[in-house]
Amino acid sequence: MPKLVVDGREIEVPAGVTVLQACEAAGVEVPRFCYHERLSIAGNCRMCLVEMEKSPKPIASCAMPAADGMVIRTDSPMAKKARKGVMEFLLINHPLDCPICDQGGECDLQDQAMAYGFDRSRYIENKRAVEDKEFGPLVKTSMTRCIHCTRCIRFATEVAGVEDLGATGRGEHMEVGTYVEKALASEMSGNIIDLCPVGALTSKPYAFTARPWELRKTESVDVMDAVGSNIRIDARGNEVMRVLPRLNEDINEEWISDKTRFACDGLKRQRLDRPYVRRGGKLVEATWPEAFGAIAEAMKGKSGESIAAIVGDQCDAESMVALKDLVAQLDSPNIDCRQDRAKLDASCRAGYVFNTTIAGIEAADVALLIGTDPRREAAIVNTRLRKRHRMGGFAVGVIGPHIDLTYKYDYLGGGGQTLVELANGRHAFAERLKAAKRPMLILGQGALARPDGAAVLGVARKLAESFGMVRGADHAAGAWNGFNVLHTAAARVGGLDLGLVPGPKGRDVAGILDGAEAGDIKVVFLLAADEINTKRLGEAFVIYQGHHGDSGAQRADVILPGAAYTEKNGTYVNTEGRVQHGYAAISPPGDAREDWKILRALSERLGFKPAYNSLKQVRARLIEISPTFGRPDAIVPSAWGQFGQAQSPVQPQPFLSPVVNFYMTDPIGRASVTMAKCTQAFVLKPAGKTGTDG
Amino acid sequence: MAFLDRGARTMLLWELLSGMALTLTYMFKPKVTLNYPYEKGPLSPRFRGEHVLRRYPSGEERCIACKLCEAVCPAQAITIEAEPRADGIRRTTRYDIDMTKCIYCGLCQEACPVDAIVEGPNFEFATETRAELIYTKEKLLANGDRWESEIARNLATDAPYR
Repeated sequence: MPKLVVDGREIEVPAGVTVLQACEAAGVEVPRFCYHERLSIAGNCRMCLVEMEKSPKPIASCAMPAADGMVIRTDSPMAKKARKGVMEFLLINHPLDCPICDQGGECDLQDQAMAYGFDRSRYIENKRAVEDKEFGPLVKTSMTRCIHCTRCIRFATEVAGVEDLGATGRGEHMEVGTYVEKALASEMSGNIIDLCPVGALTSKPYAFTARPWELRKTESVDVMDAVGSNIRIDARGNEVMRVLPRLNEDINEEWISDKTRFACDGLKRQRLDRPYVRRGGKLVEATWPEAFGAIAEAMKGKSGESIAAIVGDQCDAESMVALKDLVAQLDSPNIDCRQDRAKLDASCRAGYVFNTTIAGIEAADVALLIGTDPRREAAIVNTRLRKRHRMGGFAVGVIGPHIDLTYKYDYLGGGGQTLVELANGRHAFAERLKAAKRPMLILGQGALARPDGAAVLGVARKLAESFGMVRGADHAAGAWNGFNVLHTAAARVGGLDLGLVPGPKGRDVAGILDGAEAGDIKVVFLLAADEINTKRLGEAFVIYQGHHGDSGAQRADVILPGAAYTEKNGTYVNTEGRVQHGYAAISPPGDAREDWKILRALSERLGFKPAYNSLKQVRARLIEISPTFGRPDAIVPSAWGQFGQAQSPVQPQPFLSPVVNFYMTDPIGRASVTMAKCTQAFVLKPAGKTGTDG
Repeated sequence: MAFLDRGARTMLLWELLSGMALTLTYMFKPKVTLNYPYEKGPLSPRFRGEHVLRRYPSGEERCIACKLCEAVCPAQAITIEAEPRADGIRRTTRYDIDMTKCIYCGLCQEACPVDAIVEGPNFEFATETRAELIYTKEKLLANGDRWESEIARNLATDAPYR
């Protein structure tokens, strides 16, 4: 524990920290460009120079380890002069084009030049100019502005795990680029926009559209995947301009995936902004009373068994509980929130959440991925796995698709056969699992969303138990739960917590579709459910409530316009079982309303007395069903229990990841122009010129 | 004795006569009134009148959509929307000034880094409806084209003092 003096204040810091971190601990701000807490130390911007006693020259505080007895001064004339000099050198080749730069107003160089720099330039020679690079459809470059802090290079190599970026040339001729002209093939590439301290890397979809000072900032939660990344929604007027990450060490640290960041332009297209009713085979605009009247007409005289409801992947818990209560009042047991037909068991919470927690991955020493592609299903989880991999002493085994996860893994096999072998201890990797102190497994939806899903779930439970992945009681010290289910839908865990699964003799999604096709199911309520095969809904009367005109709305007989995640105060439960509240940044378009309010109004129209009139009352109802809703942002450990069917046979077919196109997994992504461009650039990959095709 | 003096002035109508004398002197001085629509008074080069958006001599519009004028405007009279133009250059798609909100403080032209928005010498832009006072980008650029020579002269005259 070295003790040092910073600006006259004595401070004790943990061993191994740098002088810059010690200064921060002492509450002294040190300007910096290249240093970043989550990246390796480069020490090349020299902005963090401070004076150290007995040192003839100022030292770069970000690269100097704090040692006992150091006397640091950050406000001495020497330190101030050093900073001014560094700033003047940085500004020699930095263009003064702040008025046309998108970073203007939130630029580190701008702010620090104001705080620490000269107020005029002495440089009269020509400035350096660098050709812009093409980084793909997401990142706009303006390389003349680059100050060579190499944050983007370090992020790409260390965090994102793609070694695409690098610097060529030395000194004044140094250029950051991709060596050969290519788009940054990473699902985390958007983060280099936030990391860039100047305007060299900016967002392409957001280019020139708004200034930071005119944006209204709302802290919310993402629903593009089941991670529940913490985001900040920046809106101007009634328009979402961009989405940025918000710091949450337990979930996304300070990164978000490209889908989370860039899909927001889909919120402006294909929106349902008024109710529609199908008349004579055509959807015609209607008013709310007309739409409700059409539903009441269709429901008249229908028995509970002939009514069914399917819940989509991005619904908030409030609308799900409102739908559950409505369906219960209609005496129908047919409700399901598992659109992909994953054989998840809602009776045991530990059997469907990510028990280890995302931050807990860093404590594990062996991970087994079963039927999952975390890079595409939950990019943030994959980033955490890679972070653990870089710490060393971490083995990963994969059963399922053979994919590039950005870190090394042992490929064990493709399908159920390997899983059974491993569970019975007949596979070589079993020794690794046995020797591990904190082994974990991640079970993907690709392994569960198949006819033998329940058997896979049972085998995985057996495997977790036999390899000591589940140890200790809920809160006991040294307790470890390495059984994890990785979801792809933001609404899934919330739906299972609320029990949105078929009741006794009820039908699941497959049963509902079979019933609709056969004519047994007469009315189907789709709550933003677009991932089902709508052609199989047969002659059923379909009510679609959602925010985008996607496949569900096309088949619907009545459309009720709802709100997207940026437009409602909603509760979401992420794959860890962490309850989080999202907040409305803008209001829904046109006649659209918050979803639980629509369902409440509908149940009143159908003659039921609604149990809640305010958001507070709905949330009280959520807590009544599942007490975890009363503890937002916390992890409530789940008791281990019995789930799955270990006895039934597992089929040998290979596990396939449900996410084929990372950029288009939901109605918002499918409506987004940016996501379409990404699909074109990264998924479809137009065949390049080979040199022989002219 | 003072009452005698005051009494004499009253009796001799002194105040009236001195007033008449003043009136008489103005009859021989040059007139200060202007025959307004046909005659106009001098204007300072710093006069802050109707806004214009200027162009470069090449015809390219100066405004780069930095939004500093929008940010500085104390009356929030300016509305700007921008996006990359077809050639990738930063330009406005909308530049509105609500002249009924504007207080003619001149902060917009102070903030402008490229001398695009300028308050010109024109003060005769009264209209019959309020709607006509919502100036669009086209209107402002047309104003700029009309007043460019005067504005350029004014800016040049004022330049040594900035």
